[in-house]
Parts: sequence; structure tokens; C-alpha cells
Amino acid sequence: MATQLTEPPQSEPADRKTIEKVAIVISKGSLEGVYPGLIMANGARMEGIEADLFFTFFGLDAIRKDRYANIKVATVGNPGMHLPTWVGALPGFSALATRMMKRQMENIDIPPIPEFIELVADSGAHLYACKATVDMFGLTMQDFVKQVDEIITVGEFYEKAAGGEIIFT
Amino acid sequence: MTTTMIADTPVDLDAEGFLTDPSEWNERIAEAIARDNGIDRLTDRHWQVVRFMRERYLANGTAPSIRSLGKESGVPVKELYQLFPRGPAKLAAKIGGIPKPQGCI
Repeated sequence: MATQLTEPPQSEPADRKTIEKVAIVISKGSLEGVYPGLIMANGARMEGIEADLFFTFFGLDAIRKDRYANIKVATVGNPGMHLPTWVGALPGFSALATRMMKRQMENIDIPPIPEFIELVADSGAHLYACKATVDMFGLTMQDFVKQVDEIITVGEFYEKAAGGEIIFT
Repeated sequence: MTTTMIADTPVDLDAEGFLTDPSEWNERIAEAIARDNGIDRLTDRHWQVVRFMRERYLANGTAPSIRSLGKESGVPVKELYQLFPRGPAKLAAKIGGIPKPQGCI
């Protein structure tokens, strides 16, 4: 027999706080790795919540001029595809899966990455690139789209995130 | 759902203050809701957004996303957030007397 360990809450506590600010880390460079962070940032702004986006490692692809229009679905090493790994590795398969996902996104009115970056920036979210990764890849501000505010260190990220929630994607 | 008097008119509101029946709405109600939500005066630009939201909802049964609001209302996204800092889609829907937008975008 199941034992109830704690009493279920009877009502919401009177001092329940609302989220006022979020700092979202985007660390992956696949389509399914980039979209959640952008959707959460946009959703935050739509609720009047302050939002900062910090792009690190391959997540930087989402703000690189030469790459952000070509972000692909990871079809290998992605159990969520429910396909044998060798199928995901077939030539052209990632492009096909990417086309399908982009079409599904468009159907529910989710914009392609470049338009989405513009949307979240216009909505007042700030976009930052991670200095360690920028240095590792030998990049400069010239490599990034104009919506990127600055290249910042992890320490500076924490300063900007102070007082809010940090979300790692 | 509760019935509340807004601008001398009884209206049905949901728990978050959205009108549950868009036909109960009028412009004085819109102005009162806007004041309650920190917008002292609705400018022509506010009205453009509010009317666009309302007309879209009445035509399609769903409120437009922030994306189509920015593209099709004639008011770009940056300005939408200046007009409605606490969330353009949500607030314009509330002021326009339509239910809260359900989409994630």
C-alpha cells in the first residue's frame, strides 16, 4: 500500500513568488538543441519576464552569421528519433529530418532560427556569446549576427543572471 | 469565473481577468482594463494592436501569435514591447476583451 509521506498542499501559499527574470544557456548546436532555449526566452518576454540568452560551445552556431540558417536535426546518437543509428547516418537523412521538423515548426507558427533570433532580440532579450568558446574557436564579434550584444565571461554571465533563474539547455 | 463591473458594465472575467465573452466588450472597458494594467492612455498605436488581436480572434477563434502580431498588425515587435511592456499578446488580448492566447509563441 502506498504511503503518503507528506500532506498535499491545500492551497497556494500567500507569498508565492513569480519569476521576474531568466538567464537561459544554449549549449547545443542542433535544431532540437537550439529551439527550446529560444522558445523559453520568447515565452518569458511574452509574460513580461526579463530574459538573457548565453550561447556557449556549439550553441554558438545559433548566432554565427555563416551557420545560423543551416542548423540541422541530430539524427545520429539521438534516441528520440526512434530509428536505428545506421539509418540516421544515411546520406541526406539529417537534411530530410531537418526539412520535416522545419515544416512542422512552421505549421505551429514557430519561426526559422534566423527570424527567431531577431524576434527574441526585438522583444528585449539580450544575447551573449561565451568568451571561452569564442576564444577556443578563434571567433570575433564579426562572426556573429548583429543581435548579439557582447562576448562575456562566465563570471559576467553570473553577474547578469543575478536575481533570476538560470536555465541550462 | 466572476462577474465584475468595469466602466459601469457587468462583465464575466476568468481568474486572470480576461473577458470570457468577447461580446460584452466595449471601448470604455478596454480603457479601464488598460489603466488597471499600467497603461494610462491607449494611443492610436495601442488601438491598432488591440483591434488587430480582437478582429483576428473573432475571425479565426484563436488569437494571433507574437510572430504574426509583429508581421501583420503593422506594429513591429520592438514597438509592441514598448507599447505593452508586460507582454504584448497577453495584454492586448486582455484589453481587447478576448480570451488569453493559448500558444507558446
